[in-house]
Amino acid sequence: MEPVLSVRGIAKTFQGEGESCPALTGVTFDVAPHEIVCIMGPSGCGKSTLLRIILGLEHADTGSILGVSESGGGGASIAMVFQDHALFPWLSVRDNIVYGLRLAAQEVPEGEVQNRVTDLLSLTHLGSFAQSPPHQLSGGMKQRAAVARALAVKPSILLMDEPFSALDTFTRRELEDEILRIRQDLATTILMVTHNPEEAVYVADRILILSERPGVVSEIVSVTLPHPRSPADPEFIRIREQVTRMVQGKPDQDR
Amino acid sequence: MALISRSTLKTAAKGLAVIIIMLVAWEIAAIAIDNNYILPTLGEIADVLLHPTEPLLGGQSLLANARVSLKEVLTGFLIAAALAIPLGLLIGWSSEIRAYLDPAIQMLRPIPPIAWMPFAIAWFGIGIDSILFIITLGAFFPLLINTVGGVQGVRIRWIEVAEMFHATNFEKLRTIILPGALPGIWTGLRISFAIAWMCVVAAEMLPGTTAGLGFLIMYAYNLGQLNVIGAGMVVIGIIGLGADILFQAGQERFFGWQGRD
Repeated sequence: MEPVLSVRGIAKTFQGEGESCPALTGVTFDVAPHEIVCIMGPSGCGKSTLLRIILGLEHADTGSILGVSESGGGGASIAMVFQDHALFPWLSVRDNIVYGLRLAAQEVPEGEVQNRVTDLLSLTHLGSFAQSPPHQLSGGMKQRAAVARALAVKPSILLMDEPFSALDTFTRRELEDEILRIRQDLATTILMVTHNPEEAVYVADRILILSERPGVVSEIVSVTLPHPRSPADPEFIRIREQVTRMVQGKPDQDR
Repeated sequence: MALISRSTLKTAAKGLAVIIIMLVAWEIAAIAIDNNYILPTLGEIADVLLHPTEPLLGGQSLLANARVSLKEVLTGFLIAAALAIPLGLLIGWSSEIRAYLDPAIQMLRPIPPIAWMPFAIAWFGIGIDSILFIITLGAFFPLLINTVGGVQGVRIRWIEVAEMFHATNFEKLRTIILPGALPGIWTGLRISFAIAWMCVVAAEMLPGTTAGLGFLIMYAYNLGQLNVIGAGMVVIGIIGLGADILFQAGQERFFGWQGRD
């Protein structure tokens, strides 16, 4: 199957005062339709930078991103959920979700807008909070609203930058299950940065490990366990430990 | 839940207590001095306040003078808003424009508006135009500074979300910058109104004016009617307080989200 997203040789160097700091060097990978791919790596390996480049908020020095529409026109084929929900505090939950759809670039007719919002509110269980301002929502609900806002434009791929890292363990698991359900229902493709090995093994089909600065894909781990996965399963634990060691940069250590 | 909470009532009672002590002290002093060219009694001041529509000192009534001042303030205030808000958005948005304008603004800002009065009279002549110029000047800078601050308080992340959905520059301004900066603009309006109100009274005290609370106070001074001055001051205070309460209520009503996201 043709990949939804094809990242080819992305390199990025930040120019500081008098010194340059390479963040990414030649990052290459594909994401297949309906796949959930997690990106892991030590802090500062350029994970967030990579997502921002894919999203178009930053430009790569070299390399190319294929699969996502180049510049506007025909709507966003890509959307991101940020670590800090980034909801607009002056808009209700409903208006936050509608936000992207009402922009000229998306060209979505009003009837369709209303349908999509109603569907997304029920998908994310936020129906009874549609008119509430974000500050009345719990952390988990805010993140669900942010997911709904991103999904509203029907992105061909959903990017998530450590979306659940600020949530408590139970809420976090709830949202991970929700992401899996959304993938099931909407056939969404997801590329997610996380620093939590358990989360990666719980949701991902494949886990990409980026090495430390400058970042480059050093390992790819396929997770073929059937859903729902149990973190107590010995195979789950084995993969989780393997991934943890890879992130720490000692993949060959004996178990 | 009660409409007004116990703690709110308690706070209000504390404030009221001090006002009452001040009034009692005033009255005791007035009775002791017994000279209404130095300190009129509360009764003499209240007498003017309780007949707000009667002509005063052969001129217009207290209410009519208050209306003149209020109209001047609102006019100057609106002119200032029309100038300061767009300019503030521009300066907050563009660091390039800010680099050009900020030093000049910071230099002009601390000059008291009243210091411009001689120039105002030279340029606009004696009368309403000069008064409006002073009010506009007084209201302009706090509103400008707060609008710039409001725009700079808009989180980059909100703008990135808009960019992710391919918002145009105008859409970013209309849907993110403006609503995001609005709490700052509102604070600016509140401060500006208070300053404009001070400016109008001061400006009306200058020669050539024929109406307004500042004029009334100056005119009453010339006639030695200190109770009218006191009444004029009370009206100034009440209108200022009323405006502030309205702005605060608006703040809570519309910008309750501020700092809570």
